[in-house]
Amino acid sequence: MSSHGITRADMQAVNLPRRRAVNRLMELLAWLAAAAGVAFLALIIVSVARKGASELNLDLITKTPATGFIATGPSGLANAFVGTFVIVALATAMALPVGVLVAVYLTEFSPPSIRNFVSVSLDVLNGIPAIVIGIFVYGLLVVGKGQSGWAGAFALACLMLPLVTRTTMEVLLLVPTSLREASLALGIPRWRTTLSIVLPQAVGGILTGATLAVARVAGETAPLLFVSSIVGTGVSWNPSHALQTVPVAIFELSESADPNDHARAWAAALVLLLFILLTSMLARWLASRGRRRISTSR
Amino acid sequence: MSFTIESAVRVEPLPPRDRLERIFHVEGLTAIYGTKPAIKDVTMDIYKNLVTAIIGPSGCGKSTYIRCLNRMNDLIPGFTQTGTIRYHGQDISGGDVDPVAVRRHIGMVFQRPNPFPKSIYDNVAWGCKVLGLRDDLDERVERALTQAALWDEVKDRLRASALSLSGGQQQRLCIARAIAVEPDVVLMDEPASALDPIATQAIEQLMHDLKGEYTFVIVTHKMQQAARVADMTAFFSISRGDEGQRWGELVEYTATETIFTKPSDKRTEDYVTGRFG
Repeated sequence: MSSHGITRADMQAVNLPRRRAVNRLMELLAWLAAAAGVAFLALIIVSVARKGASELNLDLITKTPATGFIATGPSGLANAFVGTFVIVALATAMALPVGVLVAVYLTEFSPPSIRNFVSVSLDVLNGIPAIVIGIFVYGLLVVGKGQSGWAGAFALACLMLPLVTRTTMEVLLLVPTSLREASLALGIPRWRTTLSIVLPQAVGGILTGATLAVARVAGETAPLLFVSSIVGTGVSWNPSHALQTVPVAIFELSESADPNDHARAWAAALVLLLFILLTSMLARWLASRGRRRISTSR
Repeated sequence: MSFTIESAVRVEPLPPRDRLERIFHVEGLTAIYGTKPAIKDVTMDIYKNLVTAIIGPSGCGKSTYIRCLNRMNDLIPGFTQTGTIRYHGQDISGGDVDPVAVRRHIGMVFQRPNPFPKSIYDNVAWGCKVLGLRDDLDERVERALTQAALWDEVKDRLRASALSLSGGQQQRLCIARAIAVEPDVVLMDEPASALDPIATQAIEQLMHDLKGEYTFVIVTHKMQQAARVADMTAFFSISRGDEGQRWGELVEYTATETIFTKPSDKRTEDYVTGRFG
């Protein structure tokens, strides 16, 4: 039998109609799976929006929670929004420089064995449940000292660190070796090459990583329950006290007896969701810009 | 106007060897990536103010060899080398020698143009600034660009991005960047392999014009290029071991004219006459 040319008998032997049917079926299943993913997101956004719409107004962001046995007048979650802002900002200030330095060390200076070990460690850290981080920070910073915004920021920074490091590493590895060589061949030291040639190329990607990490931790509840949840109703910018945060406020309002509180919880959830959506989109935009910069410089 | 590239550059007869100043003295150099030897036991002297070409087939370790001369291989994990490289009599191959100091005097131009994503001016000026050569910076930049035969093409757009230049212009910019910091030696790793014949000729011409000031070592896989620009030529070849290992070694090193007209080794003769490679 010749190995060249396919005869009609060969075609029938491999049963093409059956193949085609299986192919169609698998395609359909894959399409349904993708549709399900999008559908869940749409479902969440729509239901949160419907339930929270009644309380979604400016008061939610500008007013503090109404107090008293029978709360009257406008009520909002300004304290939670301010608290989330303060804690996430502090967490970013802690995690971003450390994460970038770790990534720079791993991509530019460390031997491969250390790089692999630290990378795996970061992946494990990334996989640790947020509540475990919460307990850890509770034991480390809260026991005997009381809750604080600092402790909350530290817990969130632990969650941000692996994300920031990983994304920064990826973008540093995209910077072509030839650029490093160009600088080193001039007799310029390694640190100066990293600072003046490599890092400027990677700024876009580093910002992307930071933005994604912010989006990820802004909604974290579990660790904050332990370390920054026993709070008053006033707006406070001082991280040495416990600060109210949006996710914790949602959690507490959802347990309230007052149906208005439930609606407020949904509204706060909607704001949080929109914030995360917007930051994720910002991250994608920054990423595409950063990639273009790197590709134009080869 | 018509001229062939062959005639554009002409190599003058070499002065006798004892009148030449030895700038590199390489002895028993073996370079290994992980466990794979790239070159074995290379011994050769490189002379001041000459253009020395390294020729040979792909995989013969030409690039590895010149990257040893300015410690660029230090960047590659798993790289080790034995033997000595003396530069003006001083061993620069040891672990106690600062590679940054070595590279400060021994510059390099790479196979693919690799300008910084900065302006044309900053590409040349940045290295000078960082290395403390700040006085008369504009003049220094102009001189380097002139020497690299690029000044006339870029003098009106020094603030434009270096990435807007053509490949040949980018490579000349890289040469300007390398010579602006006043190196002693310029290593060139197949500097024209990605360029068209006109750009190639410009680079060959400038090596010829500048060799009074610098010492050039050029790796090339084009024999004609070695014949055109080099005073001395070294031929590297691939040797094979019993168990299939391959490594590069220096076969013959002499005046360029001799290597192309009266090679003493059969392998050199086969290569330069185009029988392989």
